[in-house]
Amino acid sequence: MKAKLFDYIDRDNLIFNLSGLTKLVCFICLTCSVMLSYDIRYVLFVTVLSGIFFKMSGLEFKQIKLMLIYVIIFLLMNFLLTYLFSPQYGPEIYGTCHELFRINSRYTVTLEQLLYQTTKIMKYASMVPMGMVFLLTTNPSEFAASLNRVGCSYKGAYALSLTLRYFPDMIRNYQDIALAQQSRGLDLSRKEKLGTRARNVVNICVPLIFSTLDRIELISNAMDLRGFGKHKKRTWYVARPIRYADWCAMAVCALVLAGSLGLSFFINGSRFWNPFV
Amino acid sequence: MQTVPERKTERPPVIEFENFQFQYFSQAEPTLHGINLKIQEGEKVLIVGPSGSGKSTIGNCLNGLIPFSYKGEIKGSLKVGGKETREMNIFELSKKVGTVLQDADGQFIGLTVGEDIAFALENDCISLPQMKETVQKVADVVDMGKLLKSSPFELSGGQKQRVSFAGVMVDDVDILLFDEPLANLDPATGKTAIDLIDRVWRESKKTVIIIEHRLEDVLYRDVDRIVVISEGRIAADMTPDELMAADILPSLGIREPLYVTALKYAGIKVLPELKAGRLDTLEMEQIKEPLKRWNQAQKKKGKQKERPVILEAQHISFQYTKKRKILKDINFRIREGEMVSIVGTNGAGKSTMAKVICGFVTEEEGKLLYYGEDMKGQTIKERAQRVSYVMQNPNQMICKPMIYDEVALGLRIRGVSEEEIEPKVEKALQICGLAPFKKWPVSALSFGQKKRVTIASMLVMEPQVLILDEPTAGQDYRHYTEIMEFLKNLNDRGVTIIMITHDMHLMLEYTPHAIVISDGEKIGDATAVEILTNEEIAEKANLKITSLYELAIRAGIREPSVFVQNFIDYEREAHRG
Repeated sequence: MKAKLFDYIDRDNLIFNLSGLTKLVCFICLTCSVMLSYDIRYVLFVTVLSGIFFKMSGLEFKQIKLMLIYVIIFLLMNFLLTYLFSPQYGPEIYGTCHELFRINSRYTVTLEQLLYQTTKIMKYASMVPMGMVFLLTTNPSEFAASLNRVGCSYKGAYALSLTLRYFPDMIRNYQDIALAQQSRGLDLSRKEKLGTRARNVVNICVPLIFSTLDRIELISNAMDLRGFGKHKKRTWYVARPIRYADWCAMAVCALVLAGSLGLSFFINGSRFWNPFV
Repeated sequence: MQTVPERKTERPPVIEFENFQFQYFSQAEPTLHGINLKIQEGEKVLIVGPSGSGKSTIGNCLNGLIPFSYKGEIKGSLKVGGKETREMNIFELSKKVGTVLQDADGQFIGLTVGEDIAFALENDCISLPQMKETVQKVADVVDMGKLLKSSPFELSGGQKQRVSFAGVMVDDVDILLFDEPLANLDPATGKTAIDLIDRVWRESKKTVIIIEHRLEDVLYRDVDRIVVISEGRIAADMTPDELMAADILPSLGIREPLYVTALKYAGIKVLPELKAGRLDTLEMEQIKEPLKRWNQAQKKKGKQKERPVILEAQHISFQYTKKRKILKDINFRIREGEMVSIVGTNGAGKSTMAKVICGFVTEEEGKLLYYGEDMKGQTIKERAQRVSYVMQNPNQMICKPMIYDEVALGLRIRGVSEEEIEPKVEKALQICGLAPFKKWPVSALSFGQKKRVTIASMLVMEPQVLILDEPTAGQDYRHYTEIMEFLKNLNDRGVTIIMITHDMHLMLEYTPHAIVISDGEKIGDATAVEILTNEEIAEKANLKITSLYELAIRAGIREPSVFVQNFIDYEREAHRG
């Protein structure tokens, strides 16, 4: 079921029990540390680390399967296109050229290019388990609470959390409408030509938009009636106090970021790790 | 306007309308005119009126949504707790008037029960420990204390409503305002909701205002006064007993309780002394004999000829996941030209049953026969030419801006030529009473008319069976009658109609055949009268025994279900004649 993708299911383990703020900080630290470094050793290290976090969170593989398939398709495309458009970028960065074989004068396969592209793909790949752990183990309202605590306006934060929260509802609504429209003959299956299918999807979106607008009016009234936006600040029922484990987790992730920066500045001397000299 | 002499009480008024008038900026005429109404502290007042009468507008004036969210011009004065509402903002007003909105699902803001109840406290910057304590306390009052961690998907409609109720009570408001609390509940849950409101009213001594058009269901418990709104004015303001005697409801398009109608059919003059406001308080002594006499005078109708079976389910089972079976071994037969209701609690599997019939989901086991032919393997599109499905909310179905295009859509997709389409669309529009609107945009129609557009867009495909999900949900008596008479008309033209519903009036009055599903199993399959007079089935399926049956028992009539049947037949005659 597609709707399951963004459903938050509460569990009791170390990762789930961390506060949303901690998870946000950790996510930012880890993301920055892989984004800033082109050292494949370090990127692999963070990938393994985020894999471990995923295991610890007790999430199941099938929850991210669909997402993973999309990401893999995206990465493969990325890999091919990068090679197609700049086959000599690797040698350019590393300043050496170890040619493996030659296709024609423009397209040669070099070790440098392979290393560069593999590193780049791994950077993206390492974010998947991390991002999923963050999204699926954080209660949307708690996420809003933590955004608010790092300084975002609570109205903006709440709007974001409501969007996350109603997303599964909207998917369900879409499925219902799609079924009813199919019974009128709107074919969404592969039997139909792509153009017609696209037009049929538009026919489903019109009622979806209208029923969603109704919904928004209702929810905003309900929120007004219960005093949302009265004060400059608000408290959060779901806020968790920052505990010992939170400090530890944040410290670990800050260290990972520091490691990445240190590696670039002091050991490699640049963002790239060059094994070819 | 009919009023009763002022009752002498020392209690101060908490709500005072004085020559109050309101006009939405978007409308040409005022929605409310010259409203004069006083509600005293601790009173329980029911506001009734047909849709569009302005009763919801009164509610919105009280809770501040007017003029905060809906802009318009206010004349005259409205004081809540002695203070003019136009001098207060919505937040100040929300500390005095707590509103439980109609759609419990849509107003569920939090992700869990606890969070939702705490919402108002969060906005008041209450500290976490104190917030948790208050939430627990209030949740206990509405019996939701053990479910604080549940998500809205795990809750029933009734439970969601309890949560909204608690979410309003955390504020310790003086006035509780319920906007159509029964709209989305099954009959038995509705009864519990009315009980809960009554209990809180008695224990907390708060002022309670209920806006609702299902009069009989609210009157299951005491109310002090009923205010009847019609066309933006107060048409009556009196006690339930007086209102039943006043005989003004039917002419305003509001349904009076069935037992009151029965008394009138039996030629009994309903006087305030009869105490007809509630069935429990009704003085039976003088009316027993006339009721019996009337019952005996009714003729028995002969049985009609049996027609061929159009739709048959044999041992249908279905499950989404391996854990729980949604449908277990369902068998039924529906004959050509029948009008059938499928009833049961929310989540019992009645919508799933409809989805199986339309082919939206595929049955695990069993067979579905259409005129004896197995429908297995037919696509949704193919089935749609025989069996059409109309969703509850027309806004979920309409996707074209113009009425003609909307109705023609199904045929156009099937590649029918425009010359053939036109007469078919015209015929469908004519059947649905929409012929004058052929060139109109959909947006110009009322809710009931939109519903008819969705039915017309199904009828162009000339299906033999029409399945409707809650065809009259949220409609007042006038629109209810309009839609149902229209369906009855279709039915007379030979279309077999299946309705998923929990409206028991509908079931009783319009569908001779009822199928009851509870927990995925069929627990009843008989005439609607037999179902609604069977206590065991009614209890299992969250239905409510009709008040006619109770009236018959209290009058000492030997075969109460025959009395109910007589009533239905008599009413049909009266309607038709």
